[in-house]
Amino acid sequence: MVRDQSFGSKWFDHMLIVLLALMAISCILPLWYTLALSLSSNTAASAGDVWLWPVGFNLNSYSQIMQDAQFFKSFWTSVQRVALGAGLNFIIVALMAYPLSRSAAQFKGRNVFMWMLVFTMLFNGGLIPLYLTVKEFGLINNIWALVLVGGAQTIVFNIILAVNFFRNLPRELDEAALVDGAGPWYTLARIYIPLAVPVLATVTLFSIVYHWNEFLYGLVFMTRETNYPLQTYIQQLVVSVDPATMSEDQYRRMAEMSNRTLDAAQIFIAMLPVLAVYPFLQRFFIHGITLGSVKE
Amino acid sequence: MLLPGFVWLLIFSIVPMFGIIIAFQNFNPGAGITGSKLIGLEHFRYMFTLNDTRSIFFNTLFIALMKIAANLMVPLVFALLLNELRVQLLKRWIQTIVYLPHFLSWVILGGIVLDLFAYNGPVNQLFGLFGASPVVFFAKAELFPYLVVGTDVWKEFGFNTIIYLAALTGISPALYEAASMDGAGRWRNLWHITLPGIRTTVVLLAVLSLGNVLNAGFDQIFNLYNPLVYSTGDIIDTWVYRTGLLNLQYELATAVGLLKSFIGFILISVSYFLAYRLINYRIF
Repeated sequence: MVRDQSFGSKWFDHMLIVLLALMAISCILPLWYTLALSLSSNTAASAGDVWLWPVGFNLNSYSQIMQDAQFFKSFWTSVQRVALGAGLNFIIVALMAYPLSRSAAQFKGRNVFMWMLVFTMLFNGGLIPLYLTVKEFGLINNIWALVLVGGAQTIVFNIILAVNFFRNLPRELDEAALVDGAGPWYTLARIYIPLAVPVLATVTLFSIVYHWNEFLYGLVFMTRETNYPLQTYIQQLVVSVDPATMSEDQYRRMAEMSNRTLDAAQIFIAMLPVLAVYPFLQRFFIHGITLGSVKE
Repeated sequence: MLLPGFVWLLIFSIVPMFGIIIAFQNFNPGAGITGSKLIGLEHFRYMFTLNDTRSIFFNTLFIALMKIAANLMVPLVFALLLNELRVQLLKRWIQTIVYLPHFLSWVILGGIVLDLFAYNGPVNQLFGLFGASPVVFFAKAELFPYLVVGTDVWKEFGFNTIIYLAALTGISPALYEAASMDGAGRWRNLWHITLPGIRTTVVLLAVLSLGNVLNAGFDQIFNLYNPLVYSTGDIIDTWVYRTGLLNLQYELATAVGLLKSFIGFILISVSYFLAYRLINYRIF
Protein backbone atom coordinates (compact mmCIF):
# COMPACT_ATOMS: atom_id res chain seq x y z
CA MET A 1 0.00 0.00 0.00
CA VAL A 2 1.43 3.30 -1.07
CA ARG A 3 0.78 6.08 1.39
CA ASP A 4 1.82 9.68 1.48
CA GLN A 5 4.61 10.36 3.92
CA SER A 6 3.88 13.98 4.59
CA PHE A 7 4.51 15.52 8.00
CA GLY A 8 0.81 15.50 8.76
CA SER A 9 0.70 11.82 8.05
CA LYS A 10 3.63 10.99 10.35
CA TRP A 11 2.10 13.01 13.15
CA PHE A 12 -1.12 11.11 12.66
CA ASP A 13 0.72 7.79 12.84
CA HIS A 14 2.31 8.67 16.15
CA MET A 15 -0.92 9.98 17.66
CA LEU A 16 -2.63 6.83 16.48
CA ILE A 17 -0.19 4.60 18.28
CA VAL A 18 -0.56 6.64 21.44
CA LEU A 19 -4.34 6.60 21.29
CA LEU A 20 -4.62 2.89 20.57
CA ALA A 21 -2.06 2.05 23.22
CA LEU A 22 -4.01 4.11 25.75
CA MET A 23 -7.21 2.29 24.92
CA ALA A 24 -5.46 -1.04 25.27
CA ILE A 25 -3.88 -0.04 28.56
CA SER A 26 -7.28 1.04 29.85
CA CYS A 27 -8.33 -2.57 29.50
CA ILE A 28 -5.54 -3.80 31.70
CA LEU A 29 -5.28 -1.02 34.27
CA PRO A 30 -8.37 -1.96 36.31
CA LEU A 31 -7.13 -5.54 36.56
CA TRP A 32 -3.64 -4.42 37.54
CA TYR A 33 -5.13 -2.04 40.08
CA THR A 34 -7.10 -4.89 41.62
CA LEU A 35 -3.92 -6.88 42.02
CA ALA A 36 -2.16 -3.95 43.64
CA LEU A 37 -5.11 -3.37 45.92
CA SER A 38 -5.21 -6.99 47.01
CA LEU A 39 -1.56 -6.84 48.05
CA SER A 40 -1.93 -3.61 50.03
CA SER A 41 -2.77 -3.02 53.64
CA ASN A 42 -6.41 -2.36 54.40
CA THR A 43 -5.79 1.04 55.97
CA ALA A 44 -4.00 2.26 52.88
CA ALA A 45 -6.78 0.92 50.71
CA SER A 46 -9.52 2.62 52.71
CA ALA A 47 -7.59 5.86 52.67
CA GLY A 48 -7.40 5.64 48.93
CA ASP A 49 -3.63 5.64 48.78
CA VAL A 50 -3.29 2.75 46.43
CA TRP A 51 -2.74 3.59 42.78
CA LEU A 52 -0.80 1.10 40.72
CA TRP A 53 1.59 -0.23 43.28
CA PRO A 54 0.79 -1.94 46.59
CA VAL A 55 1.04 0.31 49.64
CA GLY A 56 1.95 -1.56 52.77
CA PHE A 57 2.63 -4.80 50.97
CA ASN A 58 1.22 -7.81 52.73
CA LEU A 59 -0.36 -11.10 51.86
CA ASN A 60 -3.02 -10.93 54.57
CA SER A 61 -5.99 -11.00 52.27
CA TYR A 62 -4.64 -14.02 50.44
CA SER A 63 -3.96 -15.90 53.66
CA GLN A 64 -7.50 -15.04 54.74
CA ILE A 65 -8.76 -16.62 51.55
CA MET A 66 -6.63 -19.70 52.13
CA GLN A 67 -8.47 -20.16 55.40
CA ASP A 68 -11.86 -19.73 53.82
CA ALA A 69 -12.98 -23.27 53.15
CA GLN A 70 -16.11 -22.15 51.37
CA PHE A 71 -14.05 -20.26 48.78
CA PHE A 72 -12.32 -23.46 47.76
CA LYS A 73 -15.53 -25.45 47.88
CA SER A 74 -17.14 -22.94 45.54
CA PHE A 75 -14.07 -23.01 43.34
CA TRP A 76 -14.36 -26.76 43.11
CA THR A 77 -18.08 -26.52 42.38
CA SER A 78 -17.33 -24.20 39.50
CA VAL A 79 -14.63 -26.52 38.19
CA GLN A 80 -17.04 -29.45 38.31
CA ARG A 81 -19.69 -27.42 36.57
CA VAL A 82 -17.29 -26.39 33.81
CA ALA A 83 -16.09 -29.94 33.29
CA LEU A 84 -19.59 -31.41 33.16
CA GLY A 85 -20.96 -28.54 31.13
CA ALA A 86 -18.21 -28.49 28.54
CA GLY A 87 -18.24 -32.27 28.25
CA LEU A 88 -21.98 -32.44 27.78
CA ASN A 89 -21.79 -29.55 25.33
CA PHE A 90 -19.17 -31.36 23.26
CA ILE A 91 -21.15 -34.57 23.06
CA ILE A 92 -24.47 -32.99 22.24
CA VAL A 93 -23.04 -30.61 19.65
CA ALA A 94 -21.23 -33.44 17.89
CA LEU A 95 -24.35 -35.59 17.98
CA MET A 96 -26.76 -32.94 16.80
CA ALA A 97 -24.67 -31.01 14.30
CA TYR A 98 -24.05 -33.98 12.04
CA PRO A 99 -27.63 -34.93 11.22
CA LEU A 100 -28.71 -31.31 11.06
CA SER A 101 -26.02 -30.52 8.55
CA ARG A 102 -27.35 -33.00 6.05
CA SER A 103 -29.50 -31.40 3.40
CA ALA A 104 -33.25 -31.40 3.58
CA ALA A 105 -33.39 -33.97 0.85
CA GLN A 106 -31.32 -36.45 2.84
CA PHE A 107 -32.91 -35.72 6.15
CA LYS A 108 -36.57 -34.95 5.90
CA GLY A 109 -37.78 -32.64 8.58
CA ARG A 110 -34.35 -31.15 9.05
CA ASN A 111 -35.66 -27.65 8.62
CA VAL A 112 -38.40 -28.27 11.13
CA PHE A 113 -35.86 -29.30 13.75
CA MET A 114 -33.58 -26.36 12.96
CA TRP A 115 -36.40 -23.86 13.30
CA MET A 116 -37.45 -25.43 16.58
CA LEU A 117 -33.92 -25.04 17.87
CA VAL A 118 -33.69 -21.45 16.72
CA PHE A 119 -37.05 -20.77 18.32
CA THR A 120 -35.67 -21.69 21.74
CA MET A 121 -33.05 -19.01 21.23
CA LEU A 122 -35.59 -16.37 20.42
CA PHE A 123 -38.24 -16.98 23.01
CA ASN A 124 -38.16 -18.22 26.55
CA GLY A 125 -40.65 -18.61 29.34
CA GLY A 126 -38.77 -16.46 31.77
CA LEU A 127 -36.99 -17.07 35.03
CA ILE A 128 -39.99 -18.13 37.11
CA PRO A 129 -41.17 -21.02 34.93
CA LEU A 130 -37.54 -22.12 34.64
CA TYR A 131 -37.24 -22.19 38.40
CA LEU A 132 -40.48 -24.12 38.76
CA THR A 133 -39.43 -26.65 36.13
CA VAL A 134 -36.15 -27.28 37.90
CA LYS A 135 -38.01 -27.66 41.18
CA GLU A 136 -40.38 -30.20 39.63
CA PHE A 137 -37.42 -32.30 38.56
CA GLY A 138 -35.98 -32.14 42.05
CA LEU A 139 -32.76 -30.56 40.84
CA ILE A 140 -32.66 -27.70 43.29
CA ASN A 141 -29.27 -27.65 45.05
CA ASN A 142 -27.96 -30.10 42.51
CA ILE A 143 -25.06 -29.25 40.24
CA TRP A 144 -26.93 -30.73 37.31
CA ALA A 145 -29.42 -27.87 37.54
CA LEU A 146 -26.58 -25.49 36.71
CA VAL A 147 -25.10 -27.72 34.04
CA LEU A 148 -28.35 -28.53 32.27
CA VAL A 149 -30.04 -25.15 32.48
CA GLY A 150 -26.90 -23.18 31.75
CA GLY A 151 -25.97 -25.49 28.96
CA ALA A 152 -29.41 -25.20 27.39
CA GLN A 153 -28.86 -21.46 27.07
CA THR A 154 -25.79 -21.75 24.89
CA ILE A 155 -26.12 -25.10 23.19
CA VAL A 156 -28.19 -23.92 20.25
CA PHE A 157 -25.71 -21.23 19.28
CA ASN A 158 -22.94 -23.81 19.42
CA ILE A 159 -24.93 -26.28 17.38
CA ILE A 160 -25.53 -23.68 14.69
CA LEU A 161 -21.82 -22.90 14.52
CA ALA A 162 -21.04 -26.58 14.11
CA VAL A 163 -23.80 -27.16 11.58
CA ASN A 164 -22.51 -24.36 9.36
CA PHE A 165 -19.03 -25.75 9.64
CA PHE A 166 -20.13 -29.24 8.70
CA ARG A 167 -22.06 -27.95 5.74
CA ASN A 168 -18.89 -26.42 4.37
CA LEU A 169 -17.21 -29.78 4.27
CA PRO A 170 -17.33 -31.46 0.88
CA ARG A 171 -20.35 -33.56 0.22
CA GLU A 172 -18.17 -36.24 -1.33
CA LEU A 173 -17.04 -37.32 2.12
CA ASP A 174 -20.49 -38.54 2.92
CA GLU A 175 -20.88 -40.34 -0.36
CA ALA A 176 -17.45 -41.93 -0.17
CA ALA A 177 -18.20 -43.22 3.30
CA LEU A 178 -21.53 -44.56 2.14
CA VAL A 179 -19.94 -46.34 -0.78
CA ASP A 180 -17.53 -48.00 1.61
CA GLY A 181 -20.46 -49.23 3.67
CA ALA A 182 -20.21 -46.90 6.64
CA GLY A 183 -23.36 -46.19 8.59
CA PRO A 184 -24.14 -42.75 10.03
CA TRP A 185 -22.55 -43.47 13.43
CA TYR A 186 -19.33 -44.67 11.90
CA THR A 187 -19.23 -41.72 9.52
CA LEU A 188 -19.75 -39.33 12.38
CA ALA A 189 -17.19 -40.86 14.67
CA ARG A 190 -14.43 -41.67 12.24
CA ILE A 191 -14.72 -38.96 9.63
CA TYR A 192 -16.59 -35.90 10.76
CA ILE A 193 -15.45 -35.51 14.32
CA PRO A 194 -11.72 -35.59 13.51
CA LEU A 195 -12.34 -33.00 10.81
CA ALA A 196 -14.38 -30.86 13.13
CA VAL A 197 -11.74 -30.41 15.81
CA PRO A 198 -11.40 -26.62 15.24
CA VAL A 199 -15.08 -25.89 15.58
CA LEU A 200 -15.57 -28.35 18.44
CA ALA A 201 -12.62 -26.77 20.25
CA THR A 202 -14.13 -23.33 19.76
CA VAL A 203 -17.51 -24.48 20.94
CA THR A 204 -15.99 -26.15 24.00
CA LEU A 205 -14.13 -22.97 24.84
CA PHE A 206 -17.28 -20.90 24.60
CA SER A 207 -18.96 -23.36 26.90
CA ILE A 208 -16.10 -23.30 29.41
CA VAL A 209 -16.07 -19.51 29.57
CA TYR A 210 -19.85 -19.38 29.89
CA HIS A 211 -20.10 -21.90 32.70
CA TRP A 212 -17.20 -20.39 34.58
CA ASN A 213 -18.65 -16.87 34.47
CA GLU A 214 -22.31 -17.62 35.01
CA PHE A 215 -23.64 -16.67 38.45
CA LEU A 216 -27.41 -16.18 38.31
CA TYR A 217 -28.45 -19.80 38.11
CA GLY A 218 -26.13 -20.55 41.00
CA LEU A 219 -28.01 -17.95 42.98
CA VAL A 220 -31.48 -19.08 41.94
CA PHE A 221 -31.13 -22.85 42.02
CA MET A 222 -28.89 -23.24 45.07
CA THR A 223 -30.46 -22.44 48.38
CA ARG A 224 -27.44 -23.07 50.56
CA GLU A 225 -24.23 -21.12 50.37
CA THR A 226 -22.23 -24.34 50.48
CA ASN A 227 -23.53 -25.18 47.04
CA TYR A 228 -22.71 -21.88 45.39
CA PRO A 229 -20.36 -21.87 42.41
CA LEU A 230 -17.49 -19.44 42.64
CA GLN A 231 -18.97 -16.45 40.84
CA THR A 232 -22.17 -16.62 42.88
CA TYR A 233 -20.17 -16.88 46.11
CA ILE A 234 -18.08 -13.84 45.22
CA GLN A 235 -21.14 -11.98 44.09
CA GLN A 236 -22.85 -12.45 47.41
CA LEU A 237 -19.77 -11.48 49.39
CA VAL A 238 -18.29 -8.66 47.40
CA VAL A 239 -20.84 -7.09 45.16
CA SER A 240 -24.32 -7.51 46.49
CA VAL A 241 -25.75 -4.97 48.80
CA ASP A 242 -28.53 -5.54 51.28
CA PRO A 243 -31.65 -4.12 49.63
CA ALA A 244 -32.95 -2.61 52.84
CA THR A 245 -33.61 1.11 53.00
CA MET A 246 -30.37 2.90 52.37
CA SER A 247 -29.31 6.49 52.17
CA GLU A 248 -26.31 7.91 50.38
CA ASP A 249 -24.60 8.34 53.73
CA GLN A 250 -25.12 4.72 54.64
CA TYR A 251 -23.80 3.69 51.23
CA ARG A 252 -20.71 5.76 51.73
CA ARG A 253 -20.13 4.48 55.22
CA MET A 254 -20.54 0.93 54.05
CA ALA A 255 -17.90 1.56 51.44
CA GLU A 256 -15.50 2.89 54.01
CA MET A 257 -16.00 -0.02 56.38
CA SER A 258 -15.65 -2.79 53.87
CA ASN A 259 -12.52 -4.83 53.62
CA ARG A 260 -11.49 -3.73 50.18
CA THR A 261 -8.27 -5.68 50.02
CA LEU A 262 -10.04 -8.94 50.78
CA ASP A 263 -12.63 -8.23 48.11
CA ALA A 264 -9.90 -7.37 45.64
CA ALA A 265 -8.04 -10.57 46.43
CA GLN A 266 -11.11 -12.71 45.92
CA ILE A 267 -11.85 -10.99 42.64
CA PHE A 268 -8.30 -11.46 41.48
CA ILE A 269 -8.27 -15.16 42.27
CA ALA A 270 -11.53 -15.62 40.41
CA MET A 271 -9.97 -13.87 37.43
CA LEU A 272 -6.84 -15.99 37.46
CA PRO A 273 -8.10 -19.04 35.57
CA VAL A 274 -9.39 -16.91 32.73
CA LEU A 275 -6.24 -14.76 32.66
CA ALA A 276 -3.99 -17.80 32.75
CA VAL A 277 -5.73 -19.63 29.97
CA TYR A 278 -6.60 -16.66 27.82
CA PRO A 279 -3.31 -15.95 25.96
CA PHE A 280 -3.12 -19.49 24.68
CA LEU A 281 -6.73 -19.84 23.69
CA GLN A 282 -7.30 -16.40 22.26
CA ARG A 283 -6.50 -17.60 18.77
CA PHE A 284 -9.21 -20.24 18.93
CA PHE A 285 -11.91 -17.87 19.98
CA ILE A 286 -11.27 -15.40 17.23
CA HIS A 287 -10.64 -17.93 14.52
CA GLY A 288 -13.52 -20.08 15.62
CA ILE A 289 -16.20 -17.45 15.24
CA THR A 290 -15.59 -17.14 11.53
CA LEU A 291 -15.50 -20.91 11.18
CA GLY A 292 -19.16 -21.21 11.93
CA SER A 293 -20.50 -18.72 9.45
CA VAL A 294 -22.58 -19.42 6.40
CA LYS A 295 -20.25 -19.30 3.43
CA GLU A 296 -21.92 -19.53 0.11
CA MET B 1 -28.82 -39.28 17.04
CA LEU B 2 -30.67 -36.11 17.66
CA LEU B 3 -32.62 -37.58 20.49
CA PRO B 4 -30.60 -36.89 23.67
CA GLY B 5 -29.85 -33.29 22.76
CA PHE B 6 -33.37 -32.74 21.73
CA VAL B 7 -34.82 -34.18 24.91
CA TRP B 8 -32.47 -32.01 26.92
CA LEU B 9 -33.54 -28.88 25.11
CA LEU B 10 -37.12 -29.95 25.33
CA ILE B 11 -37.02 -30.22 29.09
CA PHE B 12 -35.10 -27.09 29.86
CA SER B 13 -36.09 -24.70 27.14
CA ILE B 14 -39.44 -25.75 25.83
CA VAL B 15 -41.16 -27.03 28.94
CA PRO B 16 -40.51 -23.80 30.84
CA MET B 17 -42.21 -22.00 28.00
CA PHE B 18 -45.44 -23.64 29.06
CA GLY B 19 -44.92 -22.06 32.44
CA ILE B 20 -45.99 -18.76 30.99
CA ILE B 21 -49.48 -19.86 31.72
CA ILE B 22 -48.79 -18.77 35.29
CA ALA B 23 -49.16 -15.24 34.02
CA PHE B 24 -52.80 -16.02 33.39
CA GLN B 25 -53.46 -17.91 36.58
CA ASN B 26 -54.10 -17.37 40.20
CA PHE B 27 -51.04 -19.39 41.02
CA ASN B 28 -51.05 -21.60 44.07
CA PRO B 29 -47.54 -23.02 44.54
CA GLY B 30 -48.94 -25.94 46.45
CA ALA B 31 -51.33 -26.95 43.70
CA GLY B 32 -48.81 -26.29 40.96
CA ILE B 33 -49.59 -25.13 37.48
CA THR B 34 -52.29 -27.65 36.75
CA GLY B 35 -54.07 -27.04 40.01
CA SER B 36 -54.29 -23.28 39.77
CA LYS B 37 -57.24 -21.39 38.42
CA LEU B 38 -57.10 -19.42 35.20
CA ILE B 39 -58.07 -15.82 35.70
CA GLY B 40 -57.33 -14.29 32.36
CA LEU B 41 -55.64 -10.98 31.87
CA GLU B 42 -56.01 -9.78 35.46
CA HIS B 43 -52.28 -9.66 36.08
CA PHE B 44 -51.63 -7.78 32.88
CA ARG B 45 -54.25 -5.23 33.82
CA TYR B 46 -52.65 -4.87 37.26
CA MET B 47 -49.22 -4.56 35.70
CA PHE B 48 -50.27 -1.55 33.67
CA THR B 49 -51.49 0.27 36.75
CA LEU B 50 -48.18 -0.07 38.56
CA ASN B 51 -45.80 2.88 38.47
CA ASP B 52 -42.94 0.44 38.39
CA THR B 53 -43.96 -0.88 34.99
CA ARG B 54 -43.57 2.42 33.22
CA SER B 55 -40.17 3.10 34.74
CA ILE B 56 -38.71 -0.35 34.13
CA PHE B 57 -39.74 -0.33 30.48
CA PHE B 58 -38.40 3.17 30.05
CA ASN B 59 -35.11 2.37 31.80
CA THR B 60 -34.71 -0.79 29.77
CA LEU B 61 -35.26 0.99 26.49
CA PHE B 62 -33.11 3.94 27.42
CA ILE B 63 -30.14 1.90 28.54
CA ALA B 64 -30.48 -0.70 25.78
CA LEU B 65 -30.71 1.85 22.99
CA MET B 66 -27.70 3.74 24.28
CA LYS B 67 -25.78 0.50 24.52
CA ILE B 68 -26.72 -0.54 21.01
CA ALA B 69 -25.65 2.81 19.56
CA ALA B 70 -22.41 2.92 21.52
CA ASN B 71 -21.58 -0.73 20.88
CA LEU B 72 -22.00 -0.16 17.16
CA MET B 73 -19.96 2.99 16.91
CA VAL B 74 -17.07 2.67 19.34
CA PRO B 75 -15.84 -0.70 18.02
CA LEU B 76 -16.18 0.63 14.48
CA VAL B 77 -14.02 3.65 15.22
CA PHE B 78 -11.53 1.49 17.05
CA ALA B 79 -11.37 -1.01 14.19
CA LEU B 80 -10.84 1.79 11.67
CA LEU B 81 -8.06 3.25 13.80
CA LEU B 82 -6.47 -0.14 14.34
CA ASN B 83 -6.60 -0.77 10.64
CA GLU B 84 -4.49 2.33 10.05
CA LEU B 85 -1.76 0.98 12.27
CA ARG B 86 1.09 -0.41 10.29
CA VAL B 87 3.19 -1.91 13.05
CA GLN B 88 1.90 -5.47 12.90
CA LEU B 89 3.36 -6.64 16.20
CA LEU B 90 1.78 -3.79 18.10
CA LYS B 91 -1.49 -4.44 16.35
CA ARG B 92 -1.57 -8.05 17.54
CA TRP B 93 -0.67 -7.12 21.09
CA ILE B 94 -3.31 -4.44 21.24
CA GLN B 95 -5.90 -6.83 19.92
CA THR B 96 -5.02 -9.49 22.47
CA ILE B 97 -5.20 -7.02 25.34
CA VAL B 98 -8.39 -5.39 24.20
CA TYR B 99 -10.32 -8.65 23.81
CA LEU B 100 -9.69 -9.57 27.44
CA PRO B 101 -12.46 -7.76 29.36
CA HIS B 102 -15.08 -9.56 27.32
CA PHE B 103 -14.10 -12.86 28.92
CA LEU B 104 -14.42 -11.69 32.49
CA SER B 105 -17.75 -11.98 34.23
CA TRP B 106 -19.74 -9.04 35.51
CA VAL B 107 -19.32 -10.36 39.03
CA ILE B 108 -15.61 -9.70 38.71
CA LEU B 109 -15.85 -6.54 36.66
CA GLY B 110 -18.70 -5.26 38.82
CA GLY B 111 -16.54 -5.64 41.90
CA ILE B 112 -13.67 -3.85 40.18
CA VAL B 113 -15.80 -1.05 38.76
CA LEU B 114 -17.58 -0.45 42.06
CA ASP B 115 -14.18 -0.24 43.74
CA LEU B 116 -12.72 2.10 41.13
CA PHE B 117 -15.65 4.48 41.46
CA ALA B 118 -15.99 4.11 45.23
CA TYR B 119 -16.13 7.15 47.43
CA ASN B 120 -12.43 6.90 48.29
CA GLY B 121 -11.47 5.00 45.17
CA PRO B 122 -9.01 6.01 42.44
CA VAL B 123 -11.42 8.00 40.31
CA ASN B 124 -12.46 10.18 43.21
CA GLN B 125 -8.85 10.49 44.31
CA LEU B 126 -8.07 11.72 40.80
CA PHE B 127 -10.85 14.25 41.15
CA GLY B 128 -9.22 15.35 44.39
CA LEU B 129 -5.94 15.99 42.58
CA PHE B 130 -7.73 18.39 40.29
CA GLY B 131 -9.50 20.03 43.17
CA ALA B 132 -12.97 18.65 42.48
CA SER B 133 -15.00 17.18 45.30
CA PRO B 134 -15.61 13.42 45.36
CA VAL B 135 -18.79 11.99 43.89
CA VAL B 136 -20.62 8.96 45.19
CA PHE B 137 -20.94 7.61 41.67
CA PHE B 138 -22.99 4.50 42.08
CA ALA B 139 -25.42 6.02 44.51
CA LYS B 140 -26.54 8.72 42.12
CA ALA B 141 -29.53 7.71 40.05
CA GLU B 142 -28.84 10.39 37.41
CA LEU B 143 -25.41 8.99 36.64
CA PHE B 144 -26.22 5.31 36.76
CA PRO B 145 -27.42 4.66 33.18
CA TYR B 146 -24.36 6.42 31.77
CA LEU B 147 -22.00 4.50 34.02
CA VAL B 148 -23.69 1.29 32.93
CA VAL B 149 -23.37 2.07 29.22
CA GLY B 150 -19.82 3.34 29.62
CA THR B 151 -18.55 0.28 31.45
CA ASP B 152 -20.35 -2.03 29.06
CA VAL B 153 -18.74 -0.36 26.07
CA TRP B 154 -15.37 -0.65 27.79
CA LYS B 155 -15.93 -4.35 28.35
CA GLU B 156 -17.19 -5.25 24.91
CA PHE B 157 -15.56 -2.87 22.46
CA GLY B 158 -12.53 -5.07 21.96
CA PHE B 159 -14.46 -8.21 21.18
CA ASN B 160 -16.90 -6.37 18.98
CA THR B 161 -14.11 -5.06 16.79
CA ILE B 162 -13.36 -8.57 15.62
CA ILE B 163 -16.20 -8.55 13.17
CA TYR B 164 -15.31 -5.09 11.86
CA LEU B 165 -11.66 -6.06 11.48
CA ALA B 166 -12.64 -9.16 9.58
CA ALA B 167 -14.78 -7.03 7.29
CA LEU B 168 -11.96 -4.57 6.78
CA THR B 169 -9.62 -7.30 5.63
CA GLY B 170 -12.19 -8.14 3.00
CA ILE B 171 -11.62 -4.87 1.17
CA SER B 172 -9.38 -5.41 -1.78
CA PRO B 173 -5.98 -3.67 -1.49
CA ALA B 174 -6.13 -3.00 -5.21
CA LEU B 175 -8.75 -0.37 -4.49
CA TYR B 176 -6.38 1.45 -2.16
CA GLU B 177 -3.57 1.29 -4.71
CA ALA B 178 -5.77 2.64 -7.45
CA ALA B 179 -6.90 5.42 -5.15
CA SER B 180 -3.39 6.42 -4.16
CA MET B 181 -2.43 6.58 -7.80
CA ASP B 182 -5.23 9.04 -8.22
CA GLY B 183 -3.76 11.02 -5.34
CA ALA B 184 -6.19 10.07 -2.60
CA GLY B 185 -5.10 10.82 0.96
CA ARG B 186 -6.12 9.05 4.15
CA TRP B 187 -9.47 10.71 4.58
CA ARG B 188 -10.54 10.14 0.99
CA ASN B 189 -9.58 6.52 1.32
CA LEU B 190 -11.74 6.27 4.41
CA TRP B 191 -14.74 7.93 2.91
CA HIS B 192 -14.71 6.39 -0.54
CA ILE B 193 -13.22 2.93 -0.02
CA THR B 194 -13.20 1.78 3.58
CA LEU B 195 -16.62 2.86 4.72
CA PRO B 196 -18.50 1.67 1.63
CA GLY B 197 -16.54 -1.57 1.88
CA ILE B 198 -17.81 -2.40 5.32
CA ARG B 199 -21.22 -0.88 4.84
CA THR B 200 -22.84 -4.30 4.65
CA THR B 201 -21.33 -5.43 7.94
CA VAL B 202 -22.33 -2.27 9.74
CA VAL B 203 -25.90 -2.48 8.50
CA LEU B 204 -26.02 -6.16 9.41
CA LEU B 205 -24.86 -5.56 12.96
CA ALA B 206 -27.25 -2.67 13.36
CA VAL B 207 -30.20 -4.68 12.16
CA LEU B 208 -29.36 -7.72 14.26
CA SER B 209 -28.99 -5.62 17.37
CA LEU B 210 -32.59 -4.48 16.96
CA GLY B 211 -33.65 -7.68 18.63
CA ASN B 212 -31.77 -6.69 21.76
CA VAL B 213 -33.65 -3.51 22.41
CA LEU B 214 -35.21 -4.97 25.52
CA ASN B 215 -32.06 -6.64 26.82
CA ALA B 216 -30.33 -3.99 28.85
CA GLY B 217 -27.90 -6.43 30.42
CA PHE B 218 -29.17 -8.21 33.51
CA ASP B 219 -25.81 -9.54 34.69
CA GLN B 220 -24.18 -6.15 34.55
CA ILE B 221 -26.96 -4.18 36.15
CA PHE B 222 -27.55 -6.79 38.83
CA ASN B 223 -23.92 -6.52 39.86
CA LEU B 224 -23.75 -2.75 39.75
CA TYR B 225 -27.09 -1.60 41.11
CA ASN B 226 -28.41 -0.87 44.56
CA PRO B 227 -31.76 0.44 45.88
CA LEU B 228 -30.64 4.05 45.48
CA VAL B 229 -30.51 3.78 41.70
CA TYR B 230 -33.61 1.68 41.13
CA SER B 231 -35.44 4.65 39.64
CA THR B 232 -33.12 4.84 36.64
CA GLY B 233 -31.31 1.54 36.80
CA ASP B 234 -34.00 -1.03 37.38
CA ILE B 235 -34.61 -2.88 34.15
CA ILE B 236 -37.28 -5.41 33.30
CA ASP B 237 -35.12 -8.42 34.08
CA THR B 238 -33.94 -7.20 37.47
CA TRP B 239 -37.47 -6.20 38.45
CA VAL B 240 -38.78 -9.63 37.42
CA TYR B 241 -36.04 -11.27 39.46
CA ARG B 242 -36.87 -9.31 42.61
CA THR B 243 -40.63 -9.47 42.23
CA GLY B 244 -40.73 -13.10 41.29
CA LEU B 245 -38.00 -14.78 43.28
CA LEU B 246 -37.55 -12.49 46.24
CA ASN B 247 -41.07 -11.24 46.74
CA LEU B 248 -42.59 -14.46 45.44
CA GLN B 249 -45.15 -12.68 43.29
CA TYR B 250 -44.89 -15.39 40.71
CA GLU B 251 -47.81 -14.42 38.49
CA LEU B 252 -46.91 -10.78 38.13
CA ALA B 253 -43.26 -11.48 37.45
CA THR B 254 -44.15 -14.12 34.88
CA ALA B 255 -46.58 -11.75 33.21
CA VAL B 256 -44.00 -9.02 32.83
CA GLY B 257 -41.37 -11.53 31.73
CA LEU B 258 -43.79 -12.90 29.18
CA LEU B 259 -44.49 -9.46 27.79
CA LYS B 260 -40.79 -8.82 27.43
CA SER B 261 -40.11 -12.20 25.83
CA PHE B 262 -42.96 -11.72 23.44
CA ILE B 263 -41.95 -8.24 22.32
CA GLY B 264 -38.34 -9.39 22.12
CA PHE B 265 -39.34 -12.34 20.00
CA ILE B 266 -41.15 -10.12 17.53
CA LEU B 267 -38.23 -7.70 17.40
CA ILE B 268 -35.64 -10.41 16.86
CA SER B 269 -37.71 -12.13 14.20
CA VAL B 270 -38.20 -8.84 12.40
CA SER B 271 -34.52 -8.09 12.61
CA TYR B 272 -33.48 -11.48 11.27
CA PHE B 273 -36.00 -11.15 8.48
CA LEU B 274 -34.72 -7.69 7.59
CA ALA B 275 -31.15 -8.95 7.62
CA TYR B 276 -32.13 -11.77 5.35
CA ARG B 277 -33.88 -9.47 2.92
CA LEU B 278 -31.35 -6.66 2.92
CA ILE B 279 -28.11 -8.59 2.94
CA ASN B 280 -29.03 -12.20 2.47
CA TYR B 281 -27.86 -13.07 5.96
CA ARG B 282 -28.79 -16.55 6.98
CA ILE B 283 -28.41 -18.20 10.33
CA PHE B 284 -28.09 -21.66 8.87
